[in-house]
This record gives sequence, structure tokens and C-alpha cells, in this order.
Amino acid sequence: MFIIGGMIFAAVFAPYLTPYSPIDQTLPDKLLPPFWEAKGSMKYILGTDIFGRDVLTRLLYGARVSLIVTGLSLLFGGGVGLLIGITSGYIGGRLDSLLMRLVDAAFTFPAILFALLLAVTMGQGLDTLVIAIGLLLWAGFARIIRGEVLALKQRDFVALAKVHGCSELRIMVTHILPNVMNTFMVLVTLNVGAVIVAEASLSFLGAGIPPPTPSWGLMVAEGRGKISSAWWLSLLPGIAITLVVLTFNLFGDWLRDRLDPKLRQL
Amino acid sequence: MNGDIALEVRDLHTHFFLRRGVVKAVDGVSFSLHRGEVLGLVGESGCGKSVTALSLLRLLPNEAARTVQGQVLLDGEDLLVKSKRQMRQIRGRKISMILQDPQTSLNPLFTIGNQLSEVISKIGAERGGGVMQQAIEVLRKVKLSAPEQRVRQYPHELSGGMKQRVVGAIAMNRGPRVLIADEPTTALDVTIQLQYLNLLKELQENTDMAILFITHDFGVVARMCDRVAVMYAGRIVETGPVREVFNNPSHPYTQALIASVPKLKRPEARLHTIEGQPPVLTDLPKGCRFEARCPHAEARCRAAYPDSFTVGAEHAANCWRLDPA
Amino acid sequence: MQGYIVRRLFQGVVLLVIVTTIVFAVGRLTGNPVDLLLPEEASEEERQAMIEALGLDGPVLEQFVVFIKGAVQGDLGVSIRYRQPAVDVFFSRLPNTLLLMPAAMLLAVFMAIPLGILSALRRGRLTDKVSGTIAVLGIATPNFWLGILLIYIFSVQLGWLPSSRMGDWSHYVLPTITLGTFLVAGFMRLIRSSMLDVLDSEFVKLARIKGLSEMRVVWKHCLRNALIPVLTLWGVFMGGLVTGTIVTETVYAWPGVGRLTYEAVIFRDYPLLQAVVIMDAVLILAINLVVDILYAYVDPRIRFT
Ligand SMILES: Nc1ncnc2c1ncn2[C@@H]1O[C@H](COP(=O)(O)OP(=O)(O)OP(=O)(O)O)[C@@H](O)[C@H]1O
Ligand SMILES: [Mg+2]
Repeated sequence: MFIIGGMIFAAVFAPYLTPYSPIDQTLPDKLLPPFWEAKGSMKYILGTDIFGRDVLTRLLYGARVSLIVTGLSLLFGGGVGLLIGITSGYIGGRLDSLLMRLVDAAFTFPAILFALLLAVTMGQGLDTLVIAIGLLLWAGFARIIRGEVLALKQRDFVALAKVHGCSELRIMVTHILPNVMNTFMVLVTLNVGAVIVAEASLSFLGAGIPPPTPSWGLMVAEGRGKISSAWWLSLLPGIAITLVVLTFNLFGDWLRDRLDPKLRQL
Repeated sequence: MNGDIALEVRDLHTHFFLRRGVVKAVDGVSFSLHRGEVLGLVGESGCGKSVTALSLLRLLPNEAARTVQGQVLLDGEDLLVKSKRQMRQIRGRKISMILQDPQTSLNPLFTIGNQLSEVISKIGAERGGGVMQQAIEVLRKVKLSAPEQRVRQYPHELSGGMKQRVVGAIAMNRGPRVLIADEPTTALDVTIQLQYLNLLKELQENTDMAILFITHDFGVVARMCDRVAVMYAGRIVETGPVREVFNNPSHPYTQALIASVPKLKRPEARLHTIEGQPPVLTDLPKGCRFEARCPHAEARCRAAYPDSFTVGAEHAANCWRLDPA
Repeated sequence: MQGYIVRRLFQGVVLLVIVTTIVFAVGRLTGNPVDLLLPEEASEEERQAMIEALGLDGPVLEQFVVFIKGAVQGDLGVSIRYRQPAVDVFFSRLPNTLLLMPAAMLLAVFMAIPLGILSALRRGRLTDKVSGTIAVLGIATPNFWLGILLIYIFSVQLGWLPSSRMGDWSHYVLPTITLGTFLVAGFMRLIRSSMLDVLDSEFVKLARIKGLSEMRVVWKHCLRNALIPVLTLWGVFMGGLVTGTIVTETVYAWPGVGRLTYEAVIFRDYPLLQAVVIMDAVLILAINLVVDILYAYVDPRIRFT
């Protein structure tokens, strides 16, 4: 909880928390270690990178990038999944089996590969990244929401709405949608961790937000070559990722158990 | 002690130690089972029938459950003090059980023959022309059609009734002294139920096996059992020969249960249902547990749990109204 | 059984067609294929020649037919960087990946099964808590970072193990752990929870009523059943494994398919990447088919449906 709050705080207030720029280079100060190492100082608490940029500053701004990407891709991927899940489950029939085939396909084939493909064809950037990660998410959302909708369809209030002559679209929006929102929220929280890892992995593989914008995955990648002389460059961002992902995962598990224990098996 | 008693249970207490409190699922159950006898154990859902049965076999569902007090004497030996290893020797051979749901009682991944083979002894197999031949014989005994094919089939290829026969065969194959049947027919449809009950009765009559027959169906009790024990909220409230208990139910709970059985002869008669809920097992009253739902409740019912009073030959019930004093 | 395999195979082919179509579509819709296929410094004549050679001047459908025809014959274009048929490059790297993947799977099997069973049997005790924590951590740690962390500890600081490239057995240790960790964690959690379900089941009760030994109950009656969810969810793990090899091979400079994927991305070698994606799909389908057969072997209910 504390960590999630901290991350959001860092992301929002990054410019006020640190005197440095995440991008401008200060070459004379390059590769300084964190303050507790022999040559480190409190001037750069967590040290500097090969261009003399403050690691802490870049971490804070990186949180911002991570959060934006995570939020947008969850919105996009989750939204597409929600839409497909509801239509597929509610309308059923041919359309349903076709869509579920697609979902199966998406499950079998790792979305990261498509994401890499997109990065090459569209070029790196926020839009590419969001679409790519959205591709990673939609199938899982669609499958579970569809299951929910199938169960809801049997319930009385839907039949009642039909009797009252509500249109299909209206039923979907006013009766089905609000009832799957709980599940949707649980799915969103359960997936935050995975999305952060995906974003970091794509950045690490050179398919994320292009440098010099700081992102945690990219920072790990940049520091990799200097692991023997400047460990902090890649280990610190990694710790940040792990901690945040861990917290979101635990939070997601907790929320699921509270709101929707039947999702347990997943 | 009487030589023809196969199983005697004395003051058995099995509790679940949960975070929200101690669930006293079985709280002072005593009964005895004679050789070759079928004793019915009836009571509404949740009164502790299954937990009683599992306690006898020392197969409680989880670590929170513990049998804290009592004796389970099988041929005079207390099962509750046996080691785990000794218990394994006893289970299946001397005391055995048929579970409620035939659909899930068999392992879906192994053939019927394979699962039967686990209760066929090496010696038996050698004498009987191999394990599979022996397994076929076992299935023939429970009158399963085409046993030669069945042994090679998987559980999902059999119907519910067939599976329950297989489960019965597994439970009885080693000729146990005592068989516990925990609602063995509730998951089956009516005609199959009858066939199965007849089979069970037939197999039992050829041996001196005693059966503890758990059910909540008085019709089944009338068909199957010699004696009946009525259980309520973790205790037995009335025992007696089936005919006696039917004709002269003495505990108000038994009376209510019997009144709620639909009678074919008088279909127009209104069915009685028992008002109210059984007590919470974590917070049992000091006095009679049926008191809150009892039409005849008096002050002394609240004050103390009633003693057992003899009503007729081998027929007793725990109710203050029977107190001759 | 044969019907089942044929059906699975057919589903695989359908999937392959979907993947190929999407790859084709992605190439056309989101960029100019000629720009993607040619190096940046290509001359105008070269561009023109390529357009004609690939039939890119024709309608899209025709182009698709050409593409599929090539794909079926194993021709997925020429790698820009290696100036060789992309498929050949893929196959030259494949053996190295096929050494690493099974190593990680074996690690997962040998760690996750005993630990998963043990934590289910000792639910709530120390063993369970420790392995539960490891699982949660293992899932949260991105494996590229785990790889770097391991290099830092075991190569840089301790100097025990090599940090990159292939070689004798010691080169396998770190990549295997890196790639295997999420599998171990995922399997362990899955086996633990399915084991708990199985332990609660009626047939295990019946096995105990039979008077079988605890070993027999656990190893014969529980384990196989507890493994079924792992097989059911195998596809998801397989995807993770392929993703994991890209990252792991990149970190350890392991000359396999994963590293090749990374190279194709950073050098913008589109034909190569396209070939790798399609060939990866083939590889995944092949492995999934093997797992499906194994599944049918373990669970008779599958065999007959
Ligand atoms: N695993 C368990 N954990 C906690 N409490 C349990 C558990 N199993 C049973 N109980 C408690 O023990 C009581 C008796 O359960 P039991 O299964 O013996 O009922 P029953 O008489 O067999 O009912 P039914 O006719 O429905 O089978 C229940 O009311 C329940 O509260
Ligand atoms: Mg029961």
C-alpha cells in the first residue's frame, strides 16, 4: 500500500522532488556511486549514470513513464477485452466461437513477439507500446468477462429486461456492464504487475519508449554493460520494478480474495 | 461385555478448532453395532453424521479437526489409540466405508481394474488366476454387467449407479467387520437407489458384516435397517429397533422427523416441517439442544441436558418428558 | 486417440495461419514493406527492383498469396543483416535454444513438483511459508533483471560462474536459473493449489479407506491429478518461456533464437524478425502438441472426447 502510494506520488511530483533533470547530461559527474559507497556523496543519493545523470531523478521520472504506460495499456487492452467479452458472451453463437478461437490463439502465442514486431514496423513510441501491451492483455480479460456474462445471462433481471422490451444494446450497457465491473477492477489490479514487467521487458529489449526518456527497463538495459564497475545503474531500477510489481501483485491477490473469491483458480 | 458387539462407540467428541471458535460437530455420541446388524443413523444436514463416520476411521478432513474424547471399540480394541501404521492395517480390512458421491469417489485417471487391484491381496490374486481375473470376480459379486470390459474402463465411462457398485465392491472386498455407508444413494436416481440398496442388503445378509447406514431418509431406514439412531446437533437423541421407533417415536425431534415423511397412503395430509434452525455448533446451550424448536419445551429443558430414559425394549430417548419421576 | 491428435494438429495449423496472416497484415498496415525490407541506404533502383520482385505493385490479396506461397515453401525472405535466408539463420540458432529451454523445464519440474507437494502437505507450516514467499518473489522479479543480478553476484563479485556465451556446463547454470525461475514459481503455486484440492477430494478419501500407505496415496492418487492444471495451462507457460528466452539469451549473450530476436529488433531487420515470429509459432505449436499428447496420456477423459 505504502509502496503503491509512494510510486504514484513519485510519478506525479517528480519535477518537485528533485533538483536535477532526468535528461540533461552533466558529464564531469558521470558514474558516481550511491552515497553509502566510498566515492559517493549526498549530492547524488543513488549515484549517476554514464552521462552524469542522477539515478534517483531518473527513477522518479521512470515511475511516471511506467505509470502512464501501465494505465493507458490497461485501459486499452482491458477495454478491448471487456468489449469483446461482453459481446461474445451476450450474443453467443458463431460470433462467440470465432472470438474465443481468437482468444485461444492469443493465449498460445506470446504477445511480446507481436509487440516486438510492432516496435519495428511502427517505430518506438508510447502509442506502439500501449498497443503492444494491450495485445498482451485483451485475451485474458475477454475470456473471464465472457464467463461472467454467460452466468449473468441466466439471471432473472436480464430476462425481465427482455420482457420489458429493452434492446440488446441497452441490456448490455445497463444490466450486464455494471455487473462485471467488479471483476473488471479485480482483473485490472491483478494485471498491473504483469504490465509493468512487460513494459520493462520491452524497454529492456529496445522496443519501449525511446531514450533519453527514462524508463526502468531501459535503465536496467543501459546499466547492463557497466555491471562490473557501476552496479547501481542496473540493479537499483530492477529493485524498484520488483518492489512495485510485488506490491501490486499482493494487493491484487488481496482484492480478489475480498471481492471475487471465485476467481481464485486463475 | 456382550460377545456379539462388532463396534462400540463411547462418548465420542470431535471438534473443529477454527479461528472463529470451536465447532462441536460431534459432542458425546455413543452407540453400539451388533454383528450382522444394520444400524441407521439419521438426522438433518449438518448434525454431524459424516464427521462421526470419519472419526471412526480416523480420517478427519483437516488439521483443525480433532477427536478430543471417547473410545471407538472395534472387537474390543480402541481404534483411537492405534498408531497410524496400525490404522492402515485396520482400514479396508476390518472397518471400511462407502462415500456419498460415486461421481467423485473414484480416481478419474486410473482404470477400474487398477483401483480394484489395490484391495486385492497378493495371495488372493495367486489363487484366483491373477489380479485382473480376481477384479472381474469382485465386480461379478456386485452384479455389474460385463465385468470383463469394466475392469479396463475408466470411471468416466461408467454411469453413476455402476460407479457406486464399484465403490461398494472396493469397500467390501476385504470382508470388513464393519461397513459405514454414508448416504450411499443420495446421488443416484430413485430406481437405481432401490437396486443398490437391495444389493447391499443381499451382500450383507451372506456375511456377518455390520453396517452403519447414514441417511436422512426414513423410508430408506425402514427398508434397510434393524435399529435406528437419531442424531441432533452432535448427539444421539433416540435409539431403538426401527419398528419401535416408528410406532412410538419418543423424542419430539424424532416425532417431527417422522411427521415430515410423506406417506403414500395419505397423500392429502399436510407435510410437517420443523420450525426454526438447529443451534450453532460453536455455541451450544447448556440444556436440551432441541429446546428452542420443541413444542413441549419446559423450564427443566433449558436447565440441563436430559438423561437417557428407557421407553421400551432396547428403545431409549433423551427427553425430560420421559422422566418417570 | 488418433482423432484427438489430428484435431490438435488441425487447430495448430489454423493458429499458424492466423499468426502468419497477422504478421503479414502488421507489415502492410503499419509501415511501408519496402522500407522495412530494405536497408536504409538502399538506392531508388533497388527499391523499384524489390517492389517488382515481391509483386508489391499488385493488389494486396495477390501479395498475400505470394507471401503464403513462399512461407509454405520455407521461404520467409532474406535477412538484411546476415544476407542469408532468414529461415536458415533461424535454424542455425535453434539448437542452442533447444539446449537451454529443456534445462529450464527440467529445473522447474524437479523443483516445483516436490516443493508444491510439500507445501500442500504442510499447509501453513514453515516449508509452505518459505516456498510461498519464494514463489511470490519469483513471479514479481522480471527475469532480465534477475539475470543481471545473478551475474553481479556470481560472476562479478564471487567470480564462480561465467557471465556470458556458451561453453562447458558452468555456462548453463545462470541462464537456466534465470529462465527457470518464473516457471518454478508458477508451477509451484499451481501444484500447491491443485494438490490442496485433490487432497480434499473423495477419491483420496477412498484411497485412505482402502488402507493404502501415505506414499501411495500421495504419489499415485494425488500427484497425477495435481499435475493436470499444469498441463492445461501449459500454453500460457510456453508463451512465457519463449519470452523468457528472448530476455535471458540477451542478458547472457547466448547465441540462440531469443538473442536472434533481440538482434532483429535492434537492427530493425524486419524480414528476420518476421521469420523468427512465424518460426517461433511453429516451435510453440510443436511443443504444445507434445504436451497435448502427454496430457491425453495422463488424463483418460481427454483421450475419449
Ligand atoms: N471441514 C470442516 N471444517 C469445519 N467445520 C466442518 C467441516 N466439516 C464439517 N464441519 C462442521 O461439522 C458439522 C457436521 O458436519 P457433517 O458433515 O458431519 O454433517 P452431516 O450430518 O453429514 O450432514 P449431511 O447430511 O449434509 O451430510 C457441520 O455443521 C459443520 O459445521
Ligand atoms: Mg454428510
